Parts: sequence; C-alpha cells; structure tokens
Amino acid sequence: MAAVIALSGITKSYGFAETTVHALRGVDLMVDRGDYLAIMGASGSGKSTLMNIIGALDGATAGHYELDGINIDSLDESALSIVRNRKIGFIFQSFNLIPRTTALANVELPLLYRGVGRRERRERAAAALASVGLSDRASHQPNELSGGQQQRVAVARALVAEPSLLLADEPTGNLDSQATSDVLDLMDAMHDEGRTIVMITHEDDVAARADRVITLVDGMIAAERRNRP
Amino acid sequence: MNLLETLQIGLRGVGANKLRSALTVLGILIGVAAVIVLVAVGNGSSQAVTSSIEQLGTNTLTVRHGTFGPGGDGGRTQFKDLTVDDAIALADDVLAPDVQSASPVVSAQAACTYEGTSYSTSITGTWPSYFEPSNLTLASGTSFTNDDVTSSRRSVVLGQTVVDELFGSVDPVGREITCAGTPFTVVGTLEEKGSSGFQDSDDVIIAPLTTVQGHLTGYRSLDTILVQAVSGSAVDAAESEVYSILDDRHGTTDTSSRDYQVLNQASLLSTVEDTNQVFTVLLGAVAAISLLVGGIGITNIMLVTVTERTREIGIRKAIGASKSAILGQFLVEATVLSIIGGVAGVAVALVVTQFEIAGVAPVIMPVSVIGAFAVSVALGLFFGSYPANRAASLRPIEALRHE
Repeated sequence: MAAVIALSGITKSYGFAETTVHALRGVDLMVDRGDYLAIMGASGSGKSTLMNIIGALDGATAGHYELDGINIDSLDESALSIVRNRKIGFIFQSFNLIPRTTALANVELPLLYRGVGRRERRERAAAALASVGLSDRASHQPNELSGGQQQRVAVARALVAEPSLLLADEPTGNLDSQATSDVLDLMDAMHDEGRTIVMITHEDDVAARADRVITLVDGMIAAERRNRP
Repeated sequence: MNLLETLQIGLRGVGANKLRSALTVLGILIGVAAVIVLVAVGNGSSQAVTSSIEQLGTNTLTVRHGTFGPGGDGGRTQFKDLTVDDAIALADDVLAPDVQSASPVVSAQAACTYEGTSYSTSITGTWPSYFEPSNLTLASGTSFTNDDVTSSRRSVVLGQTVVDELFGSVDPVGREITCAGTPFTVVGTLEEKGSSGFQDSDDVIIAPLTTVQGHLTGYRSLDTILVQAVSGSAVDAAESEVYSILDDRHGTTDTSSRDYQVLNQASLLSTVEDTNQVFTVLLGAVAAISLLVGGIGITNIMLVTVTERTREIGIRKAIGASKSAILGQFLVEATVLSIIGGVAGVAVALVVTQFEIAGVAPVIMPVSVIGAFAVSVALGLFFGSYPANRAASLRPIEALRHE
C-alpha cells in the first residue's frame, strides 16, 4: 500500500547560534493509506512542530517530506495552499470555525477556495453536515452551537473536500466527556470508511482509539506501539 | 472563486462591524461631498461675477480719473481733471473711428424722499448715450434727452429697486421726488436687471449730467467716462485711440504715470475668470485633502480589521485559501467601504448644492462629481492594498496562534 506520509530525517530548529532550539532532531515516519495514527508526547516534545510540518503549514529545516506522492520540500507558499486545500483536512483543538458565518458556509469554505460551483458546494456541504448529524444546525452560527457541535462542524469541514489525510490537533482537548466520545466515534467511523487519520493528543484513552501510537520525546520518536494490526 | 463570491465575503466583513464601517464611510462621504460642493461654490461664484461683468457690456471701456496701480502719483506734480471736453474729444469721428460714443459720468450718494418715504441711493449724472452701452432699457416712461442735459432739467430715471422702495405699487412716472433737498420729476423707470452677485444693479437713479453737477456734486472732475466701441472686436483699437487722445490732452509725458486709467471690460472679464479658476482649484484642493484623510481612515480601519481577524485569516489559509483570495477579500472590503462613501457623498452633495451657500448659488461641475467618485473608489483600492497585502502575507501558523 502506498504511503500517504513519508517523512525522512526531518529536523526543525528555531533561532540562531547559541540560542538555537532544536524542536525536531531527525524524525522518520511512514503513514500508510487507511492508517489511524496517534502522536503523543509531553508539551515541548515537538509534536506541534511535527503537526505543522505534516500539515504543510511550516517547512522543515532539513529532511524530506512526501505527502500522497507529492514532494512538499520544494513547494512555494501558493502551491502549499493548494496542497492544504486538496490533500489535508484540519481539525483543531479550538474548532477554528469562522465567526459570524453559518455552519453550512463554514463547511463550504474548502470547496469555495477550490473553485467548486455554488450548487455542488451546497449539496456536498449539506451532505457532510448530515454525516456528522448536524443537518438541523446548518443555518446556525458558531456562537449558537455547543463545543461538541462546533467540533463536529469542523470535522464536516475537514471531510467535505475528500482529503487524503485528516489531521487532528488535540481534537477533544476542549470538550467534555460526552462530546469527546461523540467526536472520537465520528473519527472511528471515518477510519472505518478507509480514511487516513493523524491525531495529536496527550491523553492515553484518546490515543487508545488509534491503530498505531508514536511517542515523541525531545524531538525524536522514542516509542512506537500498535494497538491493532 | 469568482468575483461575486469574493464580493459576498467582503460585504459580510463590512457588515460584521456596522458602527466602525459607518464611521469609515462617513470619512469618505465628507471628503467626496466637500469636493463636489466646494468646487460647485467656486464655479457658482465665478459664473455670478462673469455674468455681472457681462451685464456692463463687453464692448465698453471705462476711463477713470486718478492713478491706480504701481507707481502711484509720485512722478506727477499736477493732476488734470477728467472733463466733459475730454468726453467730447473721445467721440471724435476722425481721431477715434472705433469709438461710437463717450458718456461722461458723475455719481453722488443722496437720500431721496417721496411722500415721507426716504431711501438712500446712488444718483448717476450722465448723457442719454450712457443707456445703450450699459445695457439699460426703459420699462416705462421715457429717458431724458440731450436737450434735458443742455438745460439741466430735473428729470430722473429710476431703477427698479428705487421704485419698489419709494413707490411700492404706485406708478412713479410723472411724480416728483426730493433728493438732497432738490425736487426731481420721474420721467421713466428701468427694466429690472437683477442682482449680479455682489451689487444690486437696479439700485440706481439716472439723471442728466448737468443737473447732478449743479445740485449735488458741483463742477469737479468727472468720475468716469464710459466709452462704447463700435463693436466687440474694435475694443482694443478703441482703447489705444482713447490713450492717444487723452495723453495728448492731459500732456502725459511718461505713460507709467498717467492721471487717468482705462478699464477694458473684456480684459477685466478674463482676469476675473482666471482669478476664479485659481479660487475654484484652491477650494477643490482643500476638499481633496479631506478626501485623502478619509482614505487614510480606510487604511487605519482595515489595519485594525486585519489585526482583529488574524486568526480568521489563519484558518482560511489552513484550509487552502490562496494569497490572492485573502488579498481579494480585504481589498473588496476596503473598496466596498469607499464606494458606499462615494455614492453617499455624491447624494449629499447633490442635496446641499440645492441651497445657497455664503450668498453663492452653487453650480455643480459634472467632472467634479465623476472625479470625486472615481477618486474615492481608487482610494479604497490604494489605501486598502497595504492592509490587504499584510493580511495575505501572514504566515498561517503564526496567524493561527494569534489570540
């Protein structure tokens, strides 16, 4: 099976000379299609840096990154925005919906930036909202939705453009236990549909849902275990 | 993403903070309205002055007594009066073929009464030939004649304002008024000329020269001689004939120190038009500055908006908005603000210019309307481009981290 993510020798450092901080010190990672990977680590272990690099939001200092067969290292900012739009669906800890914009319009956004026509956009966004069980909240604005509902809208937005990779950064960090299990159930269901998911978390019970768990310590992969084959 | 969708996103941004948008729009509105109104006021006053000069007739020259302008009278020891003989000499067919008539003029200020009603006005003493070049026509009665002048009859012709003040609705022809203690018979009234901007040209009494000299001014120098050229194109030729005749009669040796001055209405008109043009441009420039300030207001408010919505920009970039999509969104917001301001400014200016401002009826120049509107739209694009570019250049991870 082809790898969705192929990272080799990724390093990332900030600052100059003596003040240089090495956030990542050589990470090699392969994620296959259909994989469900959890990245764990204490704060400062480099997991957010790794997530930014995997998400094509930031470039590595050295190393090689291929996403779905595309060499990311050599791309400029405008090409990266296209990659983010087509290949990656983001789910953030703080939901990051656009304020004063309805749930449906939020879900439509990735399609809007891709240039999909209005009618098709409406239909696909409505279908994505239905798949997270929020059809009845389509015309609500983010401040009229609960945290769990907002995160489900964000999941719908991440899914709507059919990306190769779902990238979730502490998706349940701001949710109560009921909403947490709702969102994790949704992600399980997406995994069952064959989607590739990378999730960053520091909670063991959340990580337990994944097939594979890696743990970062001081910018390197310190441990890797497989919950399921 | 097409233009319509960009426009929708931009409009939503404008609507998101209505008070702030309204205040920014107000800045542009005031700028646009000020440009249109002030240029209209300048234009209106220019037209008023021009028409008042045209009422005097553009084929006339006015010879005034005394020296004016630089030089003063320092070089001269003796001032010769402007006399009736000068006027007769100017009308000479041989020496001044381009002069049709020359009318001596004296004027005096006097209080006139009719049956207890008193009114103070200016009495002009002249010859009957004065009427035609001054564009004066009779509304009723007759003018006085050369015979009246020779025998200093106390016959007067009244301007419409004087008629209204002294007689009201009574027909004044044939009645007697008293000016400075002397009784005069009204022989005619003048057609209304209307106010010509700064002075009321109907506020006059015209009487035979000799009568005014005899009863009011005494036999001093004439105030002016009104010279009529045979045609509009002969004014310049007539002017040089006037100079040569009067220089000869007054013994002028140095042309820079004459004891009289010739005013050419046509050249006065063009001077006044030039002055007014400068005046209008100045007014427009002051207003343009306020439009510029309005534009800076757009930059200011868009910078605030970009800072406030940094996180939103980060989200949009993370889900794949290109640099140009973000740029477009904020440019549209700025331009929408300036277009609304421009349209409202034009509307306000159209209403305001219906009223008289500082005694001037504004006359809108279409080019100022189109210009002010176009500039306001361009301002939106120009002053919006810096904040929009700043938004578009934000790095997504930093923007996302922004609280």
